[in-house]
Parts: sequence; structure tokens; C-alpha cells
Amino acid sequence: MDINIAFLAVSILKIVGIIAWIYGVVRALGHPSHWVKLAGIVGGFGIVQIALSVPIGGSPALSDFDSGLLFQACAMAMVSLGLNLIYGFNGQFSLGQWGFYGIGAYTAADITYRWTNGDAKGLVVVGLGCTLGAAMIFGIQRFLGRYQGVPVLSGFTLYLLGSVAVGAVATIVGYWLNPILSPLLGSPDAPGVLTRGFPLQVVYLLAVLLAGAFAAEVSFLFGLPVLTLGSDYFGIATLGFTIVVNTLMINSDTILPFPEMKGGRGMIGIPKLTTWFWAFSFLIAILVVMRNIIHSSTGRAIMSVREDETASKVMGIEVANYKLLSFVIGSFFAGVGGGVYAHFIGFLSPGTFDFLVGFNPLIIVVFGGLGSMTGTLAASFTWIFFLEGLLRVLLGQMGTEAPTWRFVLYPIALLLLMLLRPKGLLGTVEWGFLKTPLVRMRQREPVKTDTPSAGEKISVDQPG
Amino acid sequence: MEVSPSARQGAPRARRPGKRLAWIGQGLLLLIAVAAVVLLAHDFTQNPSLFIQIIISGLQLGFVYALIALGYTMVYGIVKLINFAHGDVFMVGSFVSFYAVTRFQLHVWPAAVFHNMPQMWVVFIGSTSVVLLSMVVCALMAVVIERAAYKPLRDAPRIAALITAIGVSFFLEFFGALSFVFSPRFIPYQRPFDVVTWYFNKGFYRVQPGQSLPDNSVTFSNIFLLIIGASILVQILLQFLVRHTKMGKAMRAASFDKPTARLMGINVDQVISFTFAVGAAFAGLGGVLYAIAYSSIWTQLGILPGLKAFVAAVLGGIGSIPGAFVGALIMGQAEALTMGYISTPMRDAVAFAILILVLLIRPTGIFGEPEKEKA
Repeated sequence: MDINIAFLAVSILKIVGIIAWIYGVVRALGHPSHWVKLAGIVGGFGIVQIALSVPIGGSPALSDFDSGLLFQACAMAMVSLGLNLIYGFNGQFSLGQWGFYGIGAYTAADITYRWTNGDAKGLVVVGLGCTLGAAMIFGIQRFLGRYQGVPVLSGFTLYLLGSVAVGAVATIVGYWLNPILSPLLGSPDAPGVLTRGFPLQVVYLLAVLLAGAFAAEVSFLFGLPVLTLGSDYFGIATLGFTIVVNTLMINSDTILPFPEMKGGRGMIGIPKLTTWFWAFSFLIAILVVMRNIIHSSTGRAIMSVREDETASKVMGIEVANYKLLSFVIGSFFAGVGGGVYAHFIGFLSPGTFDFLVGFNPLIIVVFGGLGSMTGTLAASFTWIFFLEGLLRVLLGQMGTEAPTWRFVLYPIALLLLMLLRPKGLLGTVEWGFLKTPLVRMRQREPVKTDTPSAGEKISVDQPG
Repeated sequence: MEVSPSARQGAPRARRPGKRLAWIGQGLLLLIAVAAVVLLAHDFTQNPSLFIQIIISGLQLGFVYALIALGYTMVYGIVKLINFAHGDVFMVGSFVSFYAVTRFQLHVWPAAVFHNMPQMWVVFIGSTSVVLLSMVVCALMAVVIERAAYKPLRDAPRIAALITAIGVSFFLEFFGALSFVFSPRFIPYQRPFDVVTWYFNKGFYRVQPGQSLPDNSVTFSNIFLLIIGASILVQILLQFLVRHTKMGKAMRAASFDKPTARLMGINVDQVISFTFAVGAAFAGLGGVLYAIAYSSIWTQLGILPGLKAFVAAVLGGIGSIPGAFVGALIMGQAEALTMGYISTPMRDAVAFAILILVLLIRPTGIFGEPEKEKA
């Protein structure tokens, strides 16, 4: 019992450390000097890398168990940042994020699994499919741009037919190219040129990015009809999406033609390629991309949709497009997170992508604060480490029922939060780099005009 | 009079009306409809008795969904909240009846009190009291949930209430899964009465134990008849309640315009609690019937039937009681036909595909009135 309390205390200590680490990295990134930014990134990466690998007094500061939690928290942070873009910044209540996470995980895992087993079809088909798919989407968008007020169903049908055609072309090309590429790949026993060292890392990078791209294109097709619904209908439809994706995963070897995913038994033998370098790079890249989107005119349009759809329409913002844009970008982040997760854990089971677990990103976003990237980051790490610590404490008290108790406690926390502080723990607080960049705006020269402006006139007219 | 090329280039080209492309979407819908009709006709001509058997199982499912969907549609009609916990109230209903039957032998209490009562009356009164107990417990629980969790958030954004509802749903599922409450396992359900099955093959016959059925016969049981009877009875009762009582009038007024209803002297909070209680009581009844029909219960039993009943309520037009009924029957059929002819795992996918299609084609549902857009 005492040991468990100590474990919880150590967990909380680790959480404090991680939040301090996040604060440091984010502050350094927000510094005007490029050297400080670089130092912040390298230092932030290096501290954790040392804690993970260099043994201090026999064992590294972060054990294998902790590093597992750390990677999981990184993946969770990517998924939750995506959800925060969709729900926190754009106001679309989505429960489908976990489905896109699962799609990303399975896509990336399938690409590298096939690649290391001497089969190039995964990479070629998904890569070509995503590239052609993007071209198809832009082409059809240009075509539909000539018309005004196209019915959603018609647009959806066109995109659907286009995707089917692109998928067919990509599959045919994949089967045609495979015999040419497979001699270079070798077999699991005798790895070829492209399945070792640097080329394998490139394939891993491609696989994770393609996982994001695939999730994004699926989310485009799904979001196009569904985003026209009202907020809570949208929530139920996306929940349905997660359930359907999970069903397809359970039957991936019977309904879907992917015997290597092994259906409900879980996919094994995924190469464990995610290192701390990759997890950190993806997290920072996603953070930078998201921050730059939020603080651009696109981001302001996205946020205006959350505040008032009618008013944004009046201001000339195409509400449907911005909803779709944030949904697609959020799903891209989820897909990347899935790819990172799959290659760190090495084993994918449909149980991980169950829709009940899928409420976790929602709870993280709500706890961290809707529309706060800092809050989401801190909450993702806190969530994973605190729950593990709590689980250990409960295991001492409750025995095998501890996981269930955990699920009993956190709805209560959620209810209390919703009743007492509906804006989330951090509200919309942002740190350092993630804050609105006010510096440049303050430095801007005031506009000098000869004629007195309206403001001055009013000040003259004012009495006294 | 020729327009110079430069002038033609300078003027922005007028965008053509998008209505011209409507045929593409309509073509897709037509294709889906034709494919469905052709496939169903093919299946029917292949094996008519199997087809009718599937329709019967779909009816059984649909009438249970109807009982749950009533609660969804009533609550949504008044407070505009998707009551996520409704499916779990349904689960609690089935568990209450399980404990009443297995632990406390409530289904045979008339035999213990009145020693020479005929067996049929004992079964009837005993089962009815089991059902009533479940309904009362569910109604009380729903009122407590409403007062504790939803009432403080009535003026908050709708999504805050929805997240709270999800939290309540989780709490019920996992609190129920603790071993001292219910249990995390699947529990075999003991029926309060015996199952009698008939088969139809050029006339109705009762199935004797151990009898092998003749070919091309269609079976149905007394559970099927019970579910249909109870569901239709509830529908009539509810119509009477909403149309012809003072409380029903207050409910309609509150769903139409809450502030004005309050000005007219209606206690809106009381009306909302009453609505939750009535919806939960019917969900409790549905839970008992579902457990009797499928004879296996666990704590996450309510999630998917709850979601499908919500889809049914949307399909029929949310806020409309006959709509929920019709929508639930369609959902039951769709699910049974999918299970019978496509594959069992895809039953959930079909439900949500129907939701998306309905919301795209006719967002107000079959019976719903066109919604006024609030600017």
C-alpha cells in the first residue's frame, strides 16, 4: 500500500517534470532568436534522450515502462491536438477521432509490415492512391467551383466515384510494380538493400505521413456529407464512424482483404521503428503546423465558425469549407499519431480502437481546455502518467477491479468539471510560442495620414 | 456588335447554378434503392420462408427499439439533449428484472401468497410485477440523473450537456461492472415464464419439445407476441398521455416554447422530470423484454441498442412519437436483413449509414415538421 502511494507520488513528480519540460520547450520556441529556438529543440530532445538511454546508478532515469508511457502520451497528444482543432477551435463535436487514429495506425503498420516482408504493394498503393487522390480532389473542386450551390450529395457522389477510380488505378499499378521492387526488399531472414538502415527510416517516415494522408482523405470523404449536420447529430454520426471502423478492424481478414492484419486476434510483427527522435519530431512538427494555422487568417476563420456560423457567413467566410478543412487537418494529425503509436508498440489489436477508449481524447481536450494547445499538451501527458499511477494505487486496494474503478472515477471527474468549470482546467491559456504573436504587431509603424481620422474627430467633439 | 476579347476576359464568369448537378446525387440514391429492391426480391424468391423468418426477427428487434426510441424522442423534443445515458437506463432495467426473478423470486409471489391460484394467473401477475418494478426503478433513476447532472447545465451550451450525458453513461456502465453491483461478465437470464413456440406451415402448430420442424416453416414464439403487444400498448398509452391529459398538454407546450410555457404557469422543471421518468420507464420495459428475448445480459448491453434507437428516432423525425415507432421498425428490419443476407458484423454499419442518408436527404425525418432556422 505504501509502495503504491509512493508510486503515485513519483508519477505526479514525473508529470510536474514533463510539464516543466513542455513549458521550457515552448518558451524557447517562442523566443525571437533562432539560436535560442534551435537550442530549445535540441535541449528538449536531448534531456529526454539522456533520461531514456544513459544509465544513472544502474538504470536510466526513465525505465522501459516510463518510456512506453511517454511514447503513448506523444501519440495521444497528436490525436488530442487534432481533436482540439476540430472541437476546440472549430466547434464541431467529433467522436470520430479515434477511428482516424485507428486507420492511421493500421495503414502505417501495414505499409512497413509488408515492406519488411518483401512486399512493396503497401507503400506503392497507398502512396500513389493518396497522391492521385489529392489530385482528384483538387480537380473535382475546380470543376465544382464553376457551379454555385451544388447539392452536397452530388459532390459526394463525384468524390466517391473519383476515389474508387483512383483506388483501382493505384492497386493495379501496385501489383504491376511489385515484382520489380520486391527483389530489392529481400525477405525477413535476409533483408535487402531497402529494408535496412537509412532507407528503412525513410520508408517509416513515408509510412507515417501516408497514414496521416490516408486518414485525411477518408475524413474528407466522410466529412463532406456529415459536416452539414447539426452539432450533436454530427457527434453521433462520427461515433458511428468509430464503431464501424472498429468493426472492420475486427473483421479485417474476412470482410476486408488484409490477412496480415489477422482480424480480432491483432496484428503482430510490426517493426518497432519509432524512436524518441521520431516521436519528438512529429510532435513538434504538428505543434508548429497547428500553431501557425491557428494564428493565420485561416485560423481566425476557423475560430469564427465556432463563435457564430451566421455571422461568419455574413463576413464572407465559407463555413462549410472551413469546417471540412479543420476536420481534415485534425484527422491528418490523428493518422500521424496512429502511425507513431503502431511502430512503437509493435502490436495492434482492435480492442485498442474500441469506441469506449475513443472518449479519451475528448476528455483530454475538455480537461485541458477547449481551444488551448498548451492545455491539450499538458493534459495528454498528465492523463497517461496520472492514470497509470492511480491504477497502481487502486491495484493495491481493489485488486483486479482496479481498471473498472478507474473508469468509475473519471466520469465523476468529468461531471464535476462540466458542472464547475465548463471551459476546462486551463481555459484558453497559452504559453510562450503558442500564444498569439503580439510582438510583430506592436512593432508595426503607425499609419501616418494628413487628414484627421475618424477617431480624432470624435475626441475633439467630446466635452471636457 | 461584338464584345471584344478583353472585355470578355475582364468580366468575372458567372457561376452556373449547382441545381443542374443534382441528378448525380439523385442517381446515386436511385442506384442504392434499385439495388436494395432487386437484392431483396432475389432473396425472397430464393427462399420465401427464410425471408419471412428474418422479417419476424426484425419485427421483434424493431419493437424493442421502439420502446427505447420513445424516450429519446420525448427527451430530445423537450430539452434538445441526446440523452446518452438512456441506453444504460435500458440496461439497468434488464438487470433489475434479473435480480427480481433470480434472487428474489418476484415472478412467483402470487403462488406464495395465494396458494390455490391458477398457474396462468400466477405467471401473469408475477411477470407483470417484475416489469413494473423495473419500470419504477428506471423512472426513479432517470429523475435522479436529470436533477443531478442535466438540470444544472440547462442554460450551458448543448455540447456541455451532451458530454455530461456521456459521463453519466460511462458511470452507469462501469459502476455496474463492479462485482458488488452487477458484474463485468455476461449473465444468463432466467425467464419468468416458459417459452412457447409455434410454427406456420399451411396452418399454425405448436412446437413440441424435441420435435424437428418440417421444411419451409416459419417459427415465432410467445415472446415475439408479448413484445409486439407491449410495444403497441405503450404506444397507445403514450398517445393518450400526450394528447388527452393535462400533463401531455404541458409537455407539448414546454417542447414548443419553454419560457412562454413558464409564463403560462407550467412548472417546466417538473414537466421535464416527468418526461425523463416516462421515457426511462419505457426503456426499463424494453430492457426486460430484450433480456427475455435474447436471454443474456451484461453491463454494456445498452450502448448499441441505445444508439440504434436514437437513429430510429432521427429517422422517424425526432420529437415525433409515431415517428419513433415507425423509424424503429425500419431500423429493426434493416438490421435483421443485413444480418441475414450480408454479414452479422455489418449490422452496426448499416444503422449509421441509414442515419447519414436520412440526415442528408430529409434531416427532419419521416414525420418531422420542417424546422425553422433560428438566425
